[in-house]
Amino acid sequence: MEIKKTGVAGTMESSDIIVRIEPKETEGIELELESAVMQQYGRQIEKVIRETLSELGVTKAYVNATDKGALDCTVAARTQAAAYRAAESTDFVWKFGGVK
Amino acid sequence: MFDFDSIPHIKEVSACHGVYDEKNLNEKNLVSFDERQKESKKVLPSIEEAIKRVGLKDGMTISFHHHFRNGDFVVNMVMDVIAKMGIKHLTLAASSLTDCHWPLIEHIKNGVVDHIETSGLRGKLGDAVSHGLMDFPVIFRSHGGRAAAIETGELHIDVAFLGAPSCDPYGNANGYNRDSEEGSCCGSLGYAKLDALYADKCIIITDHLVSFPNTPFGIPESQVDYVVKVDNIGDPNGIMSGATRFTKNPKELLIAQYATNAIVASGYFKNNFSMQMGSGGASLAVARYLREKMIEQDIKCRFALGGITGQIVQMHEEGLVKKILDVQSFDLIAANSVKNNRFHQQIDASYYASYVNKGAAVNQLDFVILSALEVDTDFNVNVMTGSDGVIRGAVGGHPDTAAGASMTIVVCPLLRGRIPTICSKVNTICTPGKTVDVVVTDQGIAVNPARPELYEKFVAAGLPVTTIEKLRDRAERVAGTPEPIKYGEKIVGVLMYRDNTVIDVIREVAD
Amino acid sequence: MSRLRRSMLFVPGNNPGMIRDAHIYGSDSIMFDLEDSVAITEKDAARFLVYEALTRLHYGSKELVVRINDLSSGLGVADLEAIVRAQPDVIRLPKTDSAKDVIECEREIERIEREAGIPVGKTGMMAAIESANGVLNAREIAFSSKRLIGIALGAEDYVTDLKTTRSPEGIELMFARGMIVNAAKAAGIMALDTVYSDVNNEEGFIAEATMIRKMGFDGKSVINPRQIAPLHAVFTPSEKDLMKARAIMEAIAEANARGSGVASLKGKMIDKPVVARAQYLLEMAERAKTMTVEDI
Repeated sequence: MEIKKTGVAGTMESSDIIVRIEPKETEGIELELESAVMQQYGRQIEKVIRETLSELGVTKAYVNATDKGALDCTVAARTQAAAYRAAESTDFVWKFGGVK
Repeated sequence: MFDFDSIPHIKEVSACHGVYDEKNLNEKNLVSFDERQKESKKVLPSIEEAIKRVGLKDGMTISFHHHFRNGDFVVNMVMDVIAKMGIKHLTLAASSLTDCHWPLIEHIKNGVVDHIETSGLRGKLGDAVSHGLMDFPVIFRSHGGRAAAIETGELHIDVAFLGAPSCDPYGNANGYNRDSEEGSCCGSLGYAKLDALYADKCIIITDHLVSFPNTPFGIPESQVDYVVKVDNIGDPNGIMSGATRFTKNPKELLIAQYATNAIVASGYFKNNFSMQMGSGGASLAVARYLREKMIEQDIKCRFALGGITGQIVQMHEEGLVKKILDVQSFDLIAANSVKNNRFHQQIDASYYASYVNKGAAVNQLDFVILSALEVDTDFNVNVMTGSDGVIRGAVGGHPDTAAGASMTIVVCPLLRGRIPTICSKVNTICTPGKTVDVVVTDQGIAVNPARPELYEKFVAAGLPVTTIEKLRDRAERVAGTPEPIKYGEKIVGVLMYRDNTVIDVIREVAD
Repeated sequence: MSRLRRSMLFVPGNNPGMIRDAHIYGSDSIMFDLEDSVAITEKDAARFLVYEALTRLHYGSKELVVRINDLSSGLGVADLEAIVRAQPDVIRLPKTDSAKDVIECEREIERIEREAGIPVGKTGMMAAIESANGVLNAREIAFSSKRLIGIALGAEDYVTDLKTTRSPEGIELMFARGMIVNAAKAAGIMALDTVYSDVNNEEGFIAEATMIRKMGFDGKSVINPRQIAPLHAVFTPSEKDLMKARAIMEAIAEANARGSGVASLKGKMIDKPVVARAQYLLEMAERAKTMTVEDI
């Protein structure tokens, strides 16, 4: 997935996270994270953002995230929404299914 | 006529100063009462003059109370004068300190204050202390522990500077003003009363100098050396709000509903029970729900203790709570009730919670509702350090009431934002788990294994009971396991348990 | 007897805090909303959020419902692509005017189930009726799909369609409620009532809940967790009713033991519908028994 413009998703509400994704010329994800729970969950939040982008095939991007105590599911959801918006894509891929 | 020496045993009568002689008699003061009280030698023109008169010197211990909460002007006002006078190396022993006391940081840096004893710290001051501002760690005591330390003389106060919303020229001081509706009002002077009683010198600082006698008084003139009138002792809006607002937060209401049901099922909810409630959202809601149960089952409360809110006052005025013992009034309704209700009694910190005082009211509690920043799987409670390890709380009466009450209920959400409240190990132990019986969260109730009978009763009542470990697991299943906070080596705070033994330390936070 | 659906807690689909806590308040069902509570510019974000929440969070024993956007909005199929795969218990279709709306939605659900390897028919449906036309078609809607667990009234759009407004007594909803509850019961599915918006009027809420229970509704949507406890109280049989029901069942058991087809209580013969009602009441009380921590 190619990042074409700035894509933002999320809010500043408690338990949410704002993820801003911008185009980058060179390979690699450059991530800036600010979090109310940095000490306890900073590494986990970064891991979820990077994994989510990797699953979407995003390899070149500037990412700026401001976290207000979001759970992993919210971090992933906001990252996906921001990435699709930044890629101007609606070819959503939903991986779940099967017998649950 | 009589011969003095012939009176049998007269020499053995103490305080007998010989034969009456008219010449020794002072001239009668013929001015009116109103004129006369203006001549009171206790009233001094300035704080500086009062400090000179009491002889405050380098290295002494001074004290303040926290009844003005975040609206307090007294601490900063007095410390500025002391600093200007060049007095150094003081120990500041306040009953508590809060956000508005951040200017102390400069006084600490300049060597005016070397050491602090308090129940709590918040805001910039708490942050600075957590980042290593002081070499001598801050000593945190519970309200009962501080009272005991003062009573035994182990915490010796040289000079107490006590703000009072009203005072007469002889020093009768009050937490409200009977002569006018204007100015500040804090209700009970519970924490100031003990300082006035035990300090070597006591200075009342007031913005309402009223006519003698300022009765009924919180602090009697016999304990007061000087009175200083200033323009403002505090910001009335910061001192207290009109009424503690009733929460509409559904999660707090849910916790309160569980806590109320637990109380009703516990066996302690019967006629003439006793209780203490906090001022947090969930605690207040418990008071409301419990009120409904009391009316429903025709049960009356003998006394409500502690920090008092308008909720408790309402129940008192409805006849549901017979007596109120008030060490600190939490809102204007409570403050006015101290003034107007005969059986709303202000009590001092020792009467409230001292372990030295066997009659202390905390020992008569059936149950207490307490809050927590963290509770661990040993039921230890932290009310002092936040999720970043920084000091931002107060021990208060937490360990005192927990130890005294027959059933101690801690109410807290399972998570705050992403941070689990129920964890494997609290960052700072303020109240030991041995004294905590029940933990009520929005996602289940844990009972201390030492109280199997409560567990059985809660199960029988259909309450969602579980173990504290399962609550922790549930919190971590939602949020993930948090990484521990990083601390430095330096000890910046020492937690004294209520018997003044060291229960834990707070270390500098690492950047 | 199918599960209890006394309360369905409405949770805005783009609100992470409410999505996280939706299960703690004891409602029988949770309805995540992708429709009216989500701004048109945030439809994609809400869809990702509800999808991630359904696949990663734990909601105890709660029935999980997702309200999608209607198919004519152009968003409905995209919602289904995500949500069917995340496998909630029920998809709630808004603005259902006819059986055709249900059938079209079901066709999409079935396609996605096949594509995703989900057993066909696993995804339940409920249809919300929100127009004058829909109310008139309530019967055909209620019979339109085996997946339907119930039909619901959506009052706000409905009163707008009638060119009236909602009143505290709900006189404007009498016909719609009557139609919907009748259609649902004829089809053997549940009838679910609309929300009561004035959160601070507990008295009015209880009056409305009492009325719709009496009418035969099985439950009601709620917009604030504070409404759940009073709603359940309305739907909880009184101890007096339960004692009577138990006595009826005992009399029946005794008659059966005697080999007699006729049972009587206090000299009155017990009719078959009386037995059915008593049985329903006892089952409901059994299901409504206090939850355990595992249910939260």
